[in-house]
Amino acid sequence: MKHLLTTTGLPRETITALLDTAEALKQALLGRQVRKLPTLRGRTVVTLFYESSTRTRASFEIAGKWMSADVVNVSAGGSSVDKGESLRDTALTLAAMGVDCVVIRHPASGAAHRLAGWVPTHVINAGDGTHQHPTQALLDAATLRERLGTLNGRTVTIVGDVLHSRVARSNIELLITLGARVHLVAPPTLLPCGVENWGVQNWGVENWGVTVGHDLDAALPGTDAVMMLRVQAERMHGGFFPSAREYSINYGLTEARLGLLPEHAVVLHPGPMLRGMEIAHSVADSPRAAITEQVRNGVHVRMAVLYHLLAAQEEQP
Amino acid sequence: MSPPSGTGAVGETGPPRQRELLSAAEVARIVARMAHQVIERTAPEPVTLVGIPTRGVPLAHRLAERIREFSGARPDVGILDVTLYRDDLRSRPTRPLRGTELPAGGLDDALVVLVDDVLYSGRTVAAALDALREYGRPRAVQLAVLVDRGHRELPIRADYVGKNLPTSRDEEVGVLLVETDGTDAVVIRRSQR
Repeated sequence: MKHLLTTTGLPRETITALLDTAEALKQALLGRQVRKLPTLRGRTVVTLFYESSTRTRASFEIAGKWMSADVVNVSAGGSSVDKGESLRDTALTLAAMGVDCVVIRHPASGAAHRLAGWVPTHVINAGDGTHQHPTQALLDAATLRERLGTLNGRTVTIVGDVLHSRVARSNIELLITLGARVHLVAPPTLLPCGVENWGVQNWGVENWGVTVGHDLDAALPGTDAVMMLRVQAERMHGGFFPSAREYSINYGLTEARLGLLPEHAVVLHPGPMLRGMEIAHSVADSPRAAITEQVRNGVHVRMAVLYHLLAAQEEQP
Repeated sequence: MSPPSGTGAVGETGPPRQRELLSAAEVARIVARMAHQVIERTAPEPVTLVGIPTRGVPLAHRLAERIREFSGARPDVGILDVTLYRDDLRSRPTRPLRGTELPAGGLDDALVVLVDDVLYSGRTVAAALDALREYGRPRAVQLAVLVDRGHRELPIRADYVGKNLPTSRDEEVGVLLVETDGTDAVVIRRSQR
């Protein structure tokens, strides 16, 4: 594997191998005082972030450092980007310094894909616009696998701003590949056109498709996991719903709605959370929520991705 | 992304051109002899047997079983995956990782016997010594291998050798065990590389 750009078309075996590696890494580091592996010594990873981020960036940095890679952070603010340098030139500059891997976050959909065509380094997509965020989908799958045992035949309900969510898109594709049923609940204005056909290349006898609904209360009793999405006000130009209060009443995960879920069901949120908007305080802090586990697994999943991309022999094109 | 792991060991019983060097009965006899040797050298001090995946793990369990049978001692058994410590990761496709499970008491001041199926270049053992250091400071570390096939690339020597098998570099020595391969045997075959 040269790059990790998208979960679309990512084969089931690759996903399983990454999740297995993440699990093994988690186990290898468990209970150790020195959380440092020599595996990526001498490799250099740059995180190139054109959008703000706390967890993804810190998570990649920690993942790289725990495997002994040198990690350099470059942000759009405070770099030559401020002076008008293009993405291509910034990336080529970094590649010329001998960087082995670029982890990029960019507000434009497709930025990571374009970058992969320009530079000789490995490229990891850490979120491009409203398109993809593959490591988030992988860490969600790792968390669900841990809590539910398997994703095969499980129903995952994704709630909220699907339209602007790269997390949702990455998850839908990946979950369907792993054999889960995906149900979307959102206001009609926040559903992308043709979302019912996402992941369609994987539909078959063993795979389920995407179903869409607008009634959260009706969806909850039959779900094994519910994934709440943040309402992405920064990407909204125009009125997508009448008011935050109305959104919260119809689509927020409240204490009462938590009671509608089956006993074993898991609550996920990719963060950052807007408490009181899409998720109630008490729900976010309840033992049903796996939100801190998601963050913890994020480090191991990103270590696994770096391991698969950087540790082995380069594949001959 | 799931290439064969290993140390020159062969996973599946493949096409012909494969010759059996040791039978199931011989493997059992060799493991029993190694258990006696471990007891002779270490008793009465308790030992911790640490198997290196894949086939070092069942071998460590078998040795522990024989030691218990012959001396009554119950050695601790652990698993140590050394993949993340290898210096030859970049010369092969991605290697899958295996679990690491070490005795709850830790390895500080323990007498550790590393167990692997085939000793070849010595690089796996070197990686194991690096990995062990992260988990504690054993009093001493010894090495037990079922087969020593020569061609060392590092100054490493086993304390307990089941069988010395002089080989050529373009041969592969395969240790087959019931737990992983459904049968016990040691085979040799021409390398496919």
